[in-house]
Amino acid sequence: MKNFEAKIRITLRKGILDVQGKTVENALHSIEFQMISKVRIGKYVELIILSDSYDSAMQIVDSACKKLIANPIIEDYQIDLIEI
Amino acid sequence: MKFGVVVFPGSNCDHDAFYALSLCKEASVQYIWHKETQLPNGIDCIILPGGFSYGDYLRCGAIARFSSIMDEVIRFANYGGYVIGICNGFQILTECQLLPGVLLKNKSLSFICKDVYIKVVSNSPFTYNLAKNEILKIPIAHFEGNYFANDDTIKELEDNHQIVFRYCNKNGEISDAANPNGSINNIAGIMNRSGNIQGLMPHPERYYDKILGYNDGLKLFHSLINYFYSIKEKRYAV
Repeated sequence: MKNFEAKIRITLRKGILDVQGKTVENALHSIEFQMISKVRIGKYVELIILSDSYDSAMQIVDSACKKLIANPIIEDYQIDLIEI
Repeated sequence: MKFGVVVFPGSNCDHDAFYALSLCKEASVQYIWHKETQLPNGIDCIILPGGFSYGDYLRCGAIARFSSIMDEVIRFANYGGYVIGICNGFQILTECQLLPGVLLKNKSLSFICKDVYIKVVSNSPFTYNLAKNEILKIPIAHFEGNYFANDDTIKELEDNHQIVFRYCNKNGEISDAANPNGSINNIAGIMNRSGNIQGLMPHPERYYDKILGYNDGLKLFHSLINYFYSIKEKRYAV
């Protein structure tokens, strides 16, 4: 068995109003950062998976994302997986 | 009618729900610890109370949804048992997909704790004693109460009259100004198609006595109890 490290980035899906992102964007515009736009705020999760192969580790983490870590109705996620 | 109030770590409206129900004639109520693996015998309605189950970590309701009692609650609900989710309970119901959609952060990005007016827009077991378009004054207290679902789901909810409550003003007008949190179509509460599963953001269990200002909340529990017994009588009559 090997250890794999997953880094998961979770963001609100396109088309869903990201109120936090919008508020931060407005705040940025109110100081000197008018050139910044499309601010999106998400979550970042790191975890270790014990598995016999890269593919099965990827399957496990994908299933964990679908079941608990992300809510597919409103969130997209991206997984970076490496063997450690 | 036998009620069970599920207690999760972080629930904080469980006592209010228990107390409000204990004031209802023809109702008995008990707590159910979330680690139980079986519902008590003869339970007719499960209340998932408000609060901050598991500290709202990850997403509101996302972790409570995997508490061991929830497998039983889901089975019970799918069997036609009554399940009411209030505030955090509503969030739990959407996380386990007993109800569609999701509760996003309030549009204002602030926690809102105040009295609001809601309008009864569909008949349901929870509004059995109430007339359509009746207005209730009920408090809300949430950060994530902004109901969202995709267009198809909203259309389905609207077409099937599954939207039970909408936020309105004192005169019953449903408008953006009367929408406290940005919910699509001012949705404050919905039910599944058969009406046995309901979720709402306002807290009826907090307004059970005029000494608190209002007792509109109690009307909802009385409705459900009356509905329950009316159905039972009909069943016996057949």
